[in-house]
Parts: sequence; structure tokens; C-alpha cells
Amino acid sequence: MLIELTDRPIDVAAVLQAVQADGAGAVNSFIGTIRNRSTGRRVVRLHYEAYDQMAVHQLRKVAEQAVAKWPMLQQVAVVHRKGTLEIGDVAVVVAVSTPHRAESFAACQYIIDTLKEVVPIWKKEEYEDGTVWVAAHP
Amino acid sequence: MKLTIALFGITRDIVGRPALELTVPAGQSVQQLLAELHQSFPALGQLRSLAVAVNNEYAQPETELQERDEIALIPPVSGG
Repeated sequence: MLIELTDRPIDVAAVLQAVQADGAGAVNSFIGTIRNRSTGRRVVRLHYEAYDQMAVHQLRKVAEQAVAKWPMLQQVAVVHRKGTLEIGDVAVVVAVSTPHRAESFAACQYIIDTLKEVVPIWKKEEYEDGTVWVAAHP
Repeated sequence: MKLTIALFGITRDIVGRPALELTVPAGQSVQQLLAELHQSFPALGQLRSLAVAVNNEYAQPETELQERDEIALIPPVSGG
């Protein structure tokens, strides 16, 4: 299991390599990237902040929950970036390997969806005329 | 007892520093801590949610805080 929070660019190929397994007939991945628009405004860049120790702990818990739900999971990797990211940069990579494809889609989606709900990482969008902490207010 | 509360994201902007030091009665619960913080910093009440983490786990309202606990305010997360 590869779980990492990093302030360096994510090597996507290395994350995929980390889930290689002889028992796997499927590798599924999700790559989250920085988009140039949000709620109708042009985004210049994003600033990610994390509660490092808790974030890594919660990332590991999410991955362990996925293994409990899909015991056929061969390998799981989750790498999340923090710091300042530019448009097109990779913010997160989730990769899983399973014997067959159906479970690989389900497990990968479960991990990214749950990560977005529970892992203490925050992003601040920077526009040409200001910044906003994403989703902070109703 | 003395508590140190780590602040992240918008809660750090609202409070204006990266951590808060509070002296509270022994046995203070998470719910009581939140009530006190809402009173001191009304802008916290405008957030979509506000959780408290104790030792890297989300804490229940009735959880009693201890002096050595690592405590943090968790505003709405937005990773991914």
C-alpha cells in the first residue's frame, strides 16, 4: 500500500507501477488535475493545505476500508499533493489493482469519493481578483 | 487544563493565527469547546460544517478532552 502526501510534483507512472501485481488483471486509476474555471470564475492557481499527520492517517484508513470492502484488491496507492499548484498540475492520484475490472472501477471511485469527504486537506482558489477557500460556506 | 487547538484553512484566517491556547475546566467536551469558540469567533458559525479532530480522528460531541490530546478544528474539507 502506497500512501503519500507530498509537496513535490506527483510521478503518475510511479504510482501506477506501485500497484503492479501478478494477480491483477486490471489496474484502474483516477487523476485529479487543476481546472482553469470554478463557479464561473477564471482560476489562476490553487493552494492546497493539509493537516499532514491526520491527512496521512485518514488516507490510510480510506485505503484500508476499500481493502475491507473489496478483499480481492491486490494493491492500492493514493498520493496527494499539497502546496501551490498551477493549471493542469496533478493534485491527486488513486490507483488500484484487482483480478477483474469491475471491482477496480468501484474501489477506485470509493477511494476518491471518500477522500474528498474525510481527509483534512483544503484548497484555496486564487482568481485574478482574490481568493476563496473552496466549499467553506453553504 | 490547558488545550492547544491547531487551526487550518479558513479557521486560521478567521482566528488570525495558526493555533489557539485555551484554559478550560477539566472534562470539557468537544461540544462545549465548540460552543466557546463560536462565541469568541462568530464567523465560525457561518461555515458549512466545523468538526473537531482529537488525535487524528474525528471526535464525537460528547468526547471529553484531555490536556495531552492533539486537537484541531476541521472546517469543510476540499481535497482531491
